[in-house]
Amino acid sequence: MKIHEYQARDLFRKYGIPVPDGDVYHSVDEVKKSVSDDGKLRVVKAQVHVGGRGKAGGVKLAHNKAEVIEHAESILGMDIKGLTVEKVLIADAVDIEKEFYIGFVNDRNTKSVTLMASAEGGVEIEEVARVSPEKIIKMPVDATQGLMDWQARKIALQLFSDPKQVRQAAAVLVKLYNLYQDTDCSLAEINPLVLTPDKKVLAIDGKMNFDDNALFRQKEIVAMREVTEDEQKELDATEKGLSYIKLDGNIGCMVNGAGLAMATMDMIKLYGGDPANFLDIGGSSNPEKVIEAMNILLSDKNVSAVMINIFGGITRCDDVARGLVAALDVIETDIPIVIRLSGTNAKEGLEIIKETGLPTVETMSEAAKKAIELSTK
Amino acid sequence: MSILINKDTKVIVQGITGRDGGFHASKMKAYGTNVVGGISPGKGGTEVDGVPVFNTVEDAVKATGANASVIFVPAAFAGDAILEASYAGVDLVICITEGVPVKDMIRVTPVLKQNGTKMIGANCPGLITVEECLIGILPGNIFKKGNIGLISRSGTLTYEVVDMLTRAGLGQTTCVGIGGDSVSGLYFKDLLEMYENDPATEGVVLIGEIGGDAEEQAAQFIKDKMTKPVVAFIAGQSAPPGKRMGHAGAIISSGSGTAAEKIKAFAAAGVPVAKEPGEIPGLMKEKLGL
Repeated sequence: MKIHEYQARDLFRKYGIPVPDGDVYHSVDEVKKSVSDDGKLRVVKAQVHVGGRGKAGGVKLAHNKAEVIEHAESILGMDIKGLTVEKVLIADAVDIEKEFYIGFVNDRNTKSVTLMASAEGGVEIEEVARVSPEKIIKMPVDATQGLMDWQARKIALQLFSDPKQVRQAAAVLVKLYNLYQDTDCSLAEINPLVLTPDKKVLAIDGKMNFDDNALFRQKEIVAMREVTEDEQKELDATEKGLSYIKLDGNIGCMVNGAGLAMATMDMIKLYGGDPANFLDIGGSSNPEKVIEAMNILLSDKNVSAVMINIFGGITRCDDVARGLVAALDVIETDIPIVIRLSGTNAKEGLEIIKETGLPTVETMSEAAKKAIELSTK
Repeated sequence: MSILINKDTKVIVQGITGRDGGFHASKMKAYGTNVVGGISPGKGGTEVDGVPVFNTVEDAVKATGANASVIFVPAAFAGDAILEASYAGVDLVICITEGVPVKDMIRVTPVLKQNGTKMIGANCPGLITVEECLIGILPGNIFKKGNIGLISRSGTLTYEVVDMLTRAGLGQTTCVGIGGDSVSGLYFKDLLEMYENDPATEGVVLIGEIGGDAEEQAAQFIKDKMTKPVVAFIAGQSAPPGKRMGHAGAIISSGSGTAAEKIKAFAAAGVPVAKEPGEIPGLMKEKLGL
């Protein structure tokens, strides 16, 4: 799960990480009413869940209130990489002497939280990692001890030389780590962390992602969730025990198991088709789940054929077949459906499907080819 | 021969009184697995399908000499269940539970290391040494005894491939589902090393997917250390970046973890990569000179 910059700033503040003054606004009227006409230099920033806001014109500097309003008017409602901007953060602009990057991330290889820091702040860290990986300092955090003060100091010393600044930066590292742990983050970064001409260390921009598996114990974080229409569909599916991701193609897929669902999408692509979605219905043969899955699939207007690919393991194919038949009884559609059942009790399952008159095939590849053929008719 | 488990492995089931735990304990027993006990705090002294239930893993290990534990408890308690098994001295822990927070897996990692516990999963289907021992939720009927090892990050895709291997006359030694999470126990490299040292295994099928770089590390290991042939498949070639494809670990982030990178790494290690699962048996036969 992702949150916006303004929400990350709120969490930073709560943990004592210094940020410039600012607030979030939903409309130009709010901006007109609340922003004071004090001549302060401010920055107006679009709040969307994608990178590259600056390049898209979603971050602008304002020298006075009139400019703040002007920028808020242009940014609110603008489209950045397919997302509409519904909120802007308006914060005090800060003079910057130097920019840094600090962050924590779950690292698969060391099976630990890893601290990352770089004196090359203000640009995308992925870009730094690609062009000059030696400029990123990485340190795995001991899971039993957490980030120790001396480690935070050691890292801060590699970014700053003045002892006062080292102390400030080390404190920010420890606070960010604590925030990371307390809220089950999968990524927390401050980019840039800046040094101002009056030698203050401030967090100018931040990004936080959270571990979806841990949301059950993170009520405060879940309350911050803001989703797009497509994401809402995916969340609704999750609630029903389905795992759904919308894609841009026209062949709807319904599969049991995530790996098999991915392999099914790949197969459609391999034979020249285009999958409309990833959909894993899990291990259940429950007709209700199949109905839900079909409804989700068919609500995508791009879908012109459906491929159902089930491999029965513990789940028996005849049970799944009965679920499918029950589901297809209540769903009215003229979109062609191809069914492939294999594994435990596949023969019995195919017999049951035969009565519906729907085309059945034996292998995954045949199913993909057939679905592609039907989708173009 | 086999890797990790065999007919002498004594298995306990954590969460045996739950719906899934009970169901699969019976399935495992029916396959011939030596299920010696189950754990359910407060229900010690009772039985489930003839299997004695204990209050703690420690009690179960003392009474039965169990050396493997399979975990079916809900995600919120799985981390603690792993720690309990590790401190009780179990050699191998298999965590079937899906949706375990990453923080909990990171927390158990140093304890497993300290106690010398091996772990498979979480979020995995388990493992099987054909005709000897099945631990987890794999459907036993699709496997056939033979000389192919298999490691996979997926469940049903594994069954699909095993079924194809079996139909093609390629039986299996041990098949391991390592799970779809980003931080988990034993990984490709660890298991490839075991297969390399197992006299019964003559070739290994590796089923990877997008996300992380375990496949790249496996490719490097194969290049440097393996003498036995490996055939690979990568799921998720058509997946868009930034989206979690069901498995928590199956996500392309900031341009890394793509299928293309993994396929390139395998090609550099001389490992053939199947374009679709159906090609796997043929590629393996070719490698084995069959």
